[in-house]
Amino acid sequence: MKRVYVNEAWCLGCHLCEYYCAYANSGLTDMVKALKDKVIRPRLTIEQEGTISFAVSCRHCTEPLCMKSCIAGAISCKDGLIVIDQSKCVNCYSCIMACPYGALMPSEEQVMQKCELCATNSHGQPVCVQGCPNKAIVYEER
Amino acid sequence: MHYLIIGNSIAAAAVIEGIRSQDPEGAITVVGEERQACYARPLISYLLQGKTDEEKMRYRDQAFFDKHKVTVLCETRASHLDAGTKTVALDDGTTLTYDKLVLATGSSPFIPPMEGLGQVKHRFTFLTLDDALALQQVVKGDSRVLILGAGLIGLKCAEGLFGQVRSITVVDLAPRILASILDEKGSAQVQEHLQQKGLTFHLSDRVKEFTANEALLESGTIVGFDMLVVAVGVKPNTSLAKEAGLAVNRGIVVDTSMRTSGKDIWAAGDCAEAEELVSGQHKVLPLLCNAYLQGETAGKDMAGLTEPFNQAIAMNAISFFGLHVITAGLYEGEEKLFAEEGSYKRLFVRDNHLIGYILIGKAVERAGIYTALIRNQTALDTIDFDLISRQPALMAFAKSVRQQQLGGSV
Repeated sequence: MKRVYVNEAWCLGCHLCEYYCAYANSGLTDMVKALKDKVIRPRLTIEQEGTISFAVSCRHCTEPLCMKSCIAGAISCKDGLIVIDQSKCVNCYSCIMACPYGALMPSEEQVMQKCELCATNSHGQPVCVQGCPNKAIVYEER
Repeated sequence: MHYLIIGNSIAAAAVIEGIRSQDPEGAITVVGEERQACYARPLISYLLQGKTDEEKMRYRDQAFFDKHKVTVLCETRASHLDAGTKTVALDDGTTLTYDKLVLATGSSPFIPPMEGLGQVKHRFTFLTLDDALALQQVVKGDSRVLILGAGLIGLKCAEGLFGQVRSITVVDLAPRILASILDEKGSAQVQEHLQQKGLTFHLSDRVKEFTANEALLESGTIVGFDMLVVAVGVKPNTSLAKEAGLAVNRGIVVDTSMRTSGKDIWAAGDCAEAEELVSGQHKVLPLLCNAYLQGETAGKDMAGLTEPFNQAIAMNAISFFGLHVITAGLYEGEEKLFAEEGSYKRLFVRDNHLIGYILIGKAVERAGIYTALIRNQTALDTIDFDLISRQPALMAFAKSVRQQQLGGSV
């Protein structure tokens, strides 16, 4: 399955991926309207320390501990893609307890959100990858 | 091949997934006592709150059982297990034979003998969907609710009822709330949060005697109530296993493949007692994620794939009125404390390993990175522990490890 992979040597720490992610999942078609004057809640996290930086998003694990720990049965695996049914989520944080990458976080609506590789929004392909100016995030089969 | 599953909750669903990952054809029968199809049990408090409904609470939908060709018998109790003839007698008079059996019988509320309890008209436990529905039937805006037990179940019940009743009073024998998962400071912090909402606590106290609408406490306090919820603890359902002569301590004793001492019999979930990773001791860990992982392990093993599950640890994620608490492992060894406004974190380290943590408030972010350190028994001298103890981050790992985490297949 194609996944998002990160090469920290190429990451500029520019945080553009966060903005592209927030835009892609906003449901809006205009990036400015989606982001202007908004507190963004991207589904990926930039870690930064000194000169090192990199983006962390859901790895779509073959052993998805978030799914197996979800008390609501809200997280499922669809052909390798780990997705969350937000209508079932009760915001208990069991997935946050379980995920070894720290890749889930609450949404603005106080239910869990995670990277779904833009397969479940209108874009179809990971928009963070398209927005990364230095190819530090790629979407490919490995 | 006939796989028989006694129990129709989380572990049972995981057993089905485990079996079907290896064996697409063998017949599977599920026998469950409850009326409802497999549902997300911990959500019953959220149902009271109105944050979910019975439809959304389905843990696996009907299509799942159809797809996996599972016969489900609801409202059916397994009354006797004969391991010699490999048969299970049901309370409807029929008998099922099995080739491989898994006991996923869960647990039941423990109700200690208490003087006058029989006089209490509206008396509840809080473990099943029917318990929650029964509570909903009698809840009124002017109800005074008395809850025995300031543990996870009692307090989630309190949260579920909050705002719909006149008052909620909680009594517990322990000197502090959530004593099984929190330290003193953590308990105090959560208790204060709940008191601010309006809950009343009587701790280090117990009910000496009930009348129809009053509880006389050991301390002399009298608590008037209209509804009583007994949530002092649960006990594993082990009677079938005991009758059949299987090894049973507190729970049904299983190995890392969830095999019991009986031939072709497995056990998983709240009824099972398996090895806990950090202590190395056999324990009953009545937690949803362990029920799932044990069930999946049992299912795979029954169908021929042995993949030992030896990473079971105690862990809980729970919240009350927006205050999140996540805890894991054991609270022993050296500790590191980080406490500031709105955030409480205590990490426990022994022999170069993280063995436990308590996180409250903002400190819960990315908690799973800590959980993984415990489960994977990561040697702390291979990571930047100083950095990771301040903030859970992949940055703390060696670059080569991080390359595998973010650039490899996981």
